[in-house]
Amino acid sequence: MSKTMNMNVDQDGIAVIEIDVQDRPMNVITADFADDFKNCVEEITKDEKIIGAVLTSAKNDFMAGADLKSMLPSLIGLGDASAMAERIIESHKLNRAMETCGKPFVAAINGTALGGGLEITLSCHYRIAADRNDAVLGLPEVMVGLLPGGGGTQRLPRIIGIQAALELMTQGKHLKPQKALAMGIVNELAPPDELLSKAKQWIIDGGKATQPWDTKGFKVPGGFDPNTKGTIQMFSVVNAMVAKNTNHNYPAPIAIVSSVYEGCQVPIDTGLEIEAKYFVGLLCDPVSGNMIRSLFNNKQSADKLRARPKGVDKHTVKTLGMLGAGMMGAGITLVSAQAGMKVYLLDSTQENAEKGKAYSEKYFQKSVALKKMTEEKKAAIMDNIIATTDYNDLKDCDLIIEAVFENREIKADVTQKTEAVIGEDIIFASNTSTLPISGLAESSSRPHNFIGMHFFSPVEKMPLVEMIMGEQSSDEALAKSLDYIQQIKKTPIVVNDSRGFFTSRVFSTSCNEANEMMREGVNPALIENAARHAGYPVGPFAVQDETTIDLSVKIHNQTKEDMGDDYKPMSSIEVMQKMYELGRLGKRFGKGFYEYPEGGKKFLWPGLSDIYPVNEQQPDIQEIKDRMMSVQALDAYRCLEENVLTSPDDGDIGSIFGWGFPPWTGGVFSYIDMVGLQNFVDRCDDYCDRFGERFKVPDSLRERAKNKEKFYS
Amino acid sequence: MTDAYIFDHVRSPRGKGKSDGSLHQVTPVELLTQVLESLRDRNELDTSRIDDVIMGVVHNQGEQASNPARTAAINAGYAEEAAGKQLNRFCASGLEAVNSAAAQVMSGMSDLCIGGGLESMSRVPMDTVGGALAVDPQVAYGGYFVPQGISADLIASKYGFTREDVDAFAVESQKRASHARDEGYFDNSIVPIKDNLGDILLDHDECIRTGTTVEDLAKLKPSFVQMGEFGFNSVAIQRYPEVEKINHVHHAGNSSVIVDGASAVLVGTKEVGEELGLTPRAKIVGFASTGTEPTIMLTGPAPSAEKVLKRCGMSKDNIDLFELNEAFAVVVLLYMQQMDIDHEQINVNGGAIAMGHPLGATGGMVLGTLIDEMERRDLNTGLVNLCIGGGMGTSTIVERA
Repeated sequence: MSKTMNMNVDQDGIAVIEIDVQDRPMNVITADFADDFKNCVEEITKDEKIIGAVLTSAKNDFMAGADLKSMLPSLIGLGDASAMAERIIESHKLNRAMETCGKPFVAAINGTALGGGLEITLSCHYRIAADRNDAVLGLPEVMVGLLPGGGGTQRLPRIIGIQAALELMTQGKHLKPQKALAMGIVNELAPPDELLSKAKQWIIDGGKATQPWDTKGFKVPGGFDPNTKGTIQMFSVVNAMVAKNTNHNYPAPIAIVSSVYEGCQVPIDTGLEIEAKYFVGLLCDPVSGNMIRSLFNNKQSADKLRARPKGVDKHTVKTLGMLGAGMMGAGITLVSAQAGMKVYLLDSTQENAEKGKAYSEKYFQKSVALKKMTEEKKAAIMDNIIATTDYNDLKDCDLIIEAVFENREIKADVTQKTEAVIGEDIIFASNTSTLPISGLAESSSRPHNFIGMHFFSPVEKMPLVEMIMGEQSSDEALAKSLDYIQQIKKTPIVVNDSRGFFTSRVFSTSCNEANEMMREGVNPALIENAARHAGYPVGPFAVQDETTIDLSVKIHNQTKEDMGDDYKPMSSIEVMQKMYELGRLGKRFGKGFYEYPEGGKKFLWPGLSDIYPVNEQQPDIQEIKDRMMSVQALDAYRCLEENVLTSPDDGDIGSIFGWGFPPWTGGVFSYIDMVGLQNFVDRCDDYCDRFGERFKVPDSLRERAKNKEKFYS
Repeated sequence: MTDAYIFDHVRSPRGKGKSDGSLHQVTPVELLTQVLESLRDRNELDTSRIDDVIMGVVHNQGEQASNPARTAAINAGYAEEAAGKQLNRFCASGLEAVNSAAAQVMSGMSDLCIGGGLESMSRVPMDTVGGALAVDPQVAYGGYFVPQGISADLIASKYGFTREDVDAFAVESQKRASHARDEGYFDNSIVPIKDNLGDILLDHDECIRTGTTVEDLAKLKPSFVQMGEFGFNSVAIQRYPEVEKINHVHHAGNSSVIVDGASAVLVGTKEVGEELGLTPRAKIVGFASTGTEPTIMLTGPAPSAEKVLKRCGMSKDNIDLFELNEAFAVVVLLYMQQMDIDHEQINVNGGAIAMGHPLGATGGMVLGTLIDEMERRDLNTGLVNLCIGGGMGTSTIVERA
């Protein structure tokens, strides 16, 4: 029997193929799978005793997509785009053979079916899905910069219509089986234990072995004609929406739209060829490689706690002690309670503590209103949040997280009060975004248990947690903290101590760059647009208004006081000080770089041009983008050199999930690789001459470029 | 090179381009047929001498497909020797058809041609016509396509024209068109369109709104807000990142009216005119088309004007009177700024904001309006100009013969 599937023929002559890819927790498409499946289809076609076939899985789920780690490299290994396309077109023949062999194939989708896994079922003549709430169906290839290359862009629109198919594929949405039924992706649902019998029954009842698109006079459901109003309007709007959503940075969505548009005007075999060529185009584009590496492979390995020190027993937090009920504390409480923990939320007054708890109340109330949560579930969660001012409540906590005001004295005070009541081996994690951990640990009597755990705001939305190792933080402290992060389903990176750590420090460099550009006379609107068009979620002036100029100047003053002459402030600190003097303190204060008219949309404060007159001659937008991304990438490299970062993976993940470094680049280090090390160094040298020392290239990076030593081979 | 002369021109009145418009019951070919009949009859033309009937049609599908130029010529009873062809330079098609006719004459390969255009927007509506530009994902996405209304609003945003500016311009267009119509300035060129019983369906431009005020227009909601939010504003700003946001200033009252219409201009050599007893009214001095950035799309007129002026060894100071199609108010406002000309020199009898823009036909109409007015004012030179989808401009310079 083969390594990827079993086939048995029952007394009715129905072949049941059970996919069961060995050594894999989830079925994925491998080279072996393709060979085995081909043999099965051939046998079914040839064997006269077989009247039809059921395709299902022996595992809990049906099948995920192609194995990104083996299939893609083997394709790319062909080296030549035409050869890659040829191989894919060849592989389509198997699905076409199945569709046209004259015997009915029915997919019994027993669990989750994604990507290539779902595409195989689309080649079956009928699809029945197990009615399971924990299963999802979808074509998520776009999320890693690809398109459904197993015929998905051709078959799905021919099954459910153009618009629905485009939506599903360009957004990579996952659907519950119920929804998939409603959309017509599957024909029928069945209770899991009746799935197989229903599938067989469909064959016995004479299920047709012809695909609709192989029937004469076939029309795409809902209609598709580039000469009619409906199609014209739909595509013209879809094209614009894709441009809006991608800023032309992501090649996959428009390739999907084109594959559908061009492929659905021709017979399916030609359509499949068109799809294969668009697929190969994406495969050869660096963006898909970047996305697969950072958003899929490296993120997955971070989520699996690649960084967790070995030899420490798994630690499950049942009760969390949360110090400080401000915005961060309230958010951490929310996600922890949501993950099933009991949370003691402590603040200096009961009123503050209750206010922090109310944040969760409001959030879950929304979930209930949207029917995403039951009233009972919400009540159970809320019962698990205990607002308190009493340190004694912390005595049974498995983990303490501190998120009080960013002030050394206050932090020291709560640390000592907490350590007085908690167990000796309880980890104390400080959620600070700027203050070095080793310094804060000085107030702790157990500095080995003291660690930095930097959350991002709003906690319930931001996926990243930056773990900061103080000088004395132990492996155990890290391991236990990472276990907690896994419990709350966040993605961790681990960095070493430094002012601003990795994320806060590097993030701010592009804001500084934006301020510098404004000071040089670059149009602020152009800078904002350049940032957004590069793929940042918000422009640098909007972001500085959000985090407030007030806070930036206060941090500046505090750091100056802390460090004295050692302090090197951001080169553009004067811009912030100027705004501060003018009382333009940020969004929360009603004005900053932007004006915030009541009931209207914000717009850049016209007075900016009086302070920083806009030059007649403006730079090319590409240079503005390059400056913002390069200044961050370069500082990230310094972090690697200074051992603040210990791997480029952490830098890439931290930059994307921490501050929204454009995901299509794959993160700061993937970005340097993509630009090319030598190009990057040359660019920074040029910028160093023209714009300042902040672009000074470290010798080690220069050396690296000379040796053509990429961050990822 | 042979000189090309304009002997005459006629046009249909412009009927509202909706199902309740007065010309809606007339087929596109019939509309053009009556215009061609009129041109022949009032000049007692021997149509066997016509080398080519060249007609601009933008939406060349349905009833307007398959060369209505030739079809209408035959339908009008023209001699079978009169060949016909259809061309498309979007909104400048009608003028381009005249320019092509002139080019054939100037090259010595034709003696007598008719240029003009046709568009029944009530019967072949704009939103039913596809083409790759907006629809094909590779083309639209790669080319940063936005619809014209967004382009017009982008011009206003980039160059700082306000809602007040465009509305004031629109009011003036209505005022001028009303005045010109009431004074009979258009009468000599308009062919009343009749039904098959011979009764007149329409003999005047039916969309002019006499007495429109700035206050009236201020009440209208901008037309392209929703379209912009679909994503087209983003696309526009991706191409013009110096623009902070798109200010939607255009609406039905300061954009060209959707209408039905047809036009025809008789172009030939001096010799053929003498032979057939035709008196030249104007000489075609030169013409040019040029391309400009396609997303902002409607900024082609000034560059095309500069191009033709340079080619003819002239400057804008040599031009007595200008016509620029009022696709959107902002197009003319920008043109006046870029060309440094006063509103008193351009569109002196109003324009498409008041009377309508029957896409393929408009070029022939505005050329005719310009010649009529040059005669009325006894001026010598004129320049006619249209902005064009896809980012182009077409210009023609004429002088009194």
